[in-house]
Amino acid sequence: MSETRFKTLRDVPLQEYLAPGNPLCAGCGATPVLRMFLKALEGRAVFVNAAGCFTLLHVYPYTPFKSSWMYTAFASAPAGAQGIRDALDILIEKGKIPPEEDIKVVCFTGDGAAYDIGLQSSSGAIERGLDFYYLVYDNEAYSNTGFQKSGATPYAASTATTMPTKLQKEGHAGSKKDLFEIWRSHKPPYVATIAPSHIVDMLRKIERASRYRGPKLFISFTPCPTGWYHDTSESIRISKLAVECGVWPLKEAIYGEVRHTYAPRALKPVEEYLKTQGRYKHLFHPERQEHVIKAIQENVSQYWRRVAKTEKLDITIPSP
Amino acid sequence: MRDIKVMAGNVAAVEMMRVEMLTGNVAAAWAARLADVDYIPAYPITPQTEIIETLAKWIGEGVMKAKLVQLESEHSMLTAAGTASLTGARVFTATSSQGLFYGFEMLYNISGWRAPLVLVNVSRGVAAPVTLEPDHNDVLAARDSGFLQFHAETCQDVLDLILLAYRVSEDRRVRLPSIVNMDGFYLSFTREPVNLPSQETVKDFLPPYTPTLPFRASRPVVKGASVLGGHIYTYFKHNIHESMRRAVEVFDEAARRYAELTGRLHKPVEGFCLEDAEYVLVMSNSFTTMGKRAVLKLRERGVPAGLVKIVMYRPFPSTQLVELLKNRRAVAVLDQNISLGMGGIIYQEVAGALYHQRNRPEILMSVIGGLGGKYISPEEFEYIFNALQHPEGREPNTPLFLFRKDELESVKKALGLAGLGGEMG
Repeated sequence: MSETRFKTLRDVPLQEYLAPGNPLCAGCGATPVLRMFLKALEGRAVFVNAAGCFTLLHVYPYTPFKSSWMYTAFASAPAGAQGIRDALDILIEKGKIPPEEDIKVVCFTGDGAAYDIGLQSSSGAIERGLDFYYLVYDNEAYSNTGFQKSGATPYAASTATTMPTKLQKEGHAGSKKDLFEIWRSHKPPYVATIAPSHIVDMLRKIERASRYRGPKLFISFTPCPTGWYHDTSESIRISKLAVECGVWPLKEAIYGEVRHTYAPRALKPVEEYLKTQGRYKHLFHPERQEHVIKAIQENVSQYWRRVAKTEKLDITIPSP
Repeated sequence: MRDIKVMAGNVAAVEMMRVEMLTGNVAAAWAARLADVDYIPAYPITPQTEIIETLAKWIGEGVMKAKLVQLESEHSMLTAAGTASLTGARVFTATSSQGLFYGFEMLYNISGWRAPLVLVNVSRGVAAPVTLEPDHNDVLAARDSGFLQFHAETCQDVLDLILLAYRVSEDRRVRLPSIVNMDGFYLSFTREPVNLPSQETVKDFLPPYTPTLPFRASRPVVKGASVLGGHIYTYFKHNIHESMRRAVEVFDEAARRYAELTGRLHKPVEGFCLEDAEYVLVMSNSFTTMGKRAVLKLRERGVPAGLVKIVMYRPFPSTQLVELLKNRRAVAVLDQNISLGMGGIIYQEVAGALYHQRNRPEILMSVIGGLGGKYISPEEFEYIFNALQHPEGREPNTPLFLFRKDELESVKKALGLAGLGGEMG
């Protein structure tokens, strides 16, 4: 691969743009990701937000942010990004502002906005070739409203609207929408998945994406202690497990060409990952739902068998 | 395209302006062009599309320097319009009816952001049943959103009011967005003579837009931050309300300057044949022209009839309206809208404005007509003025609903032809 300024954690820029003591939850998996994005973009960006957890990052008249921020509405953050980008472009073109006042535009939303209510808006922005970044913090539910199921909620997760019951023992009966593939089908220059446990991989991806003009899209794995029911100190460990168990593949697609940026030599069983979170507790207590755990494992294994084949990777994959 | 001649010697002299036959839609596009707008987020909807098609053509030909981007919905269109305005671009956009409703939540956001863009609404009745022709339920639904509202009677008004709207909206004492309303079909697709001011005149009238703390690399800024607590929310809402109230005098100031430059003076409310008028009809938008014709006919027959046109609907020009309506014998408010289960929307606002006026008219009658673009005949206007002269036995709180026997017959006939006469007739 091409040259990178990020080889180890020592290469993480020291400058901070997100002050501590902000109103976000302790252990939120999205905070370190936002922090890294700010570092990578050196704070010269406007983050265009949709309704979600991070809407409460700024409570008037306070801000922990050393970069710009624009809250729009639930469904249209990408359109908000479009307005800012287009305005900067035409104002520079008309000579009304100097080019050095230009800033990068980052759409920053949760999965509810990205997978569900704002999907139309992001599809439009990608189709128009908007020069922007989109960072989704995917905590796999509507966390800010109390953890209701979203289009990103995985099979068998317990949420406030998909509780395991006598009639629906496994919890959520549907499965997670594949946003990576939906985005990739638009053939944007750059799409990637990232995780807060894999900082160097993340910074390299932001760096690589920055070479392209057009949509640069990121989906971040985001442990959510209040919705997933795990200790606030566990977030990064859970993120690492998600990657090692193959639940959260780290990959990128450049103009539609997919490549996995990290592949574990031997995938750990998904059970190890599931057991870390209260939202999957019903799969183990009061009795083990073997067929559900098997189905989840088979889904993951099938994915990696396909990847191993197409990318010629030597991976040991558990067979349920 | 001919050159524009300006009277020599006198700066304040009214120009010799170019007159062209333009549809309301093209007049709106001309206003955006003359205002030198930077950005036009767009989305098609009948009967508004001709505006964005015209602008797209001009930009493509290079006669206008702006960026037009077609979004994937009105919700996105209005979002992009708002954020572009906050970034420092002069923004123009347009929609109608369902489109306005699809983007509705963004109206409140745009005003709350203090983004002084101008949105043209080409009025169209709201589904269901789905229709194309105008009434004002669409634009009046936006009355509480924090947008200033200006309603056009003619294609000339469309052009003038858009230019006035930019000046008032961008003024630091106001700094709020505007809606300029024109009726679909009756104005949007009807050619009328329109005086086009020169680019120089508009430049003279409309100073450059200077945004408040726009997004720039040199100075980070947070916009649209949340508030916790009703006290801060109230503080912001009251702030907008105060700015909105100030818009009345800012409009008057702008209108005087515009009149100096063009010879056309616009007022928040305009009177027609009001000297010694005892029976007055209050209305707005393109049907006002029909109302004026009816008033002139009645005057020929010696009936002291008059008319008041509401041009600025938000902020509501209560003081000016009361001034024109006090001491009249009877007033009718013609609403081309209906608040289902209540009646005419503007009627209630006029009644509210008059309540504390000692010399308020004894009779204040509500009339509902022109829904879905339904024509109002001269006889119907006459009927209204007759009812004002002979109000005996009429329940004042029940609106007079303009619907003629022959129109009912025509509905029945259509149902009969469809074989539904028995069940629905």
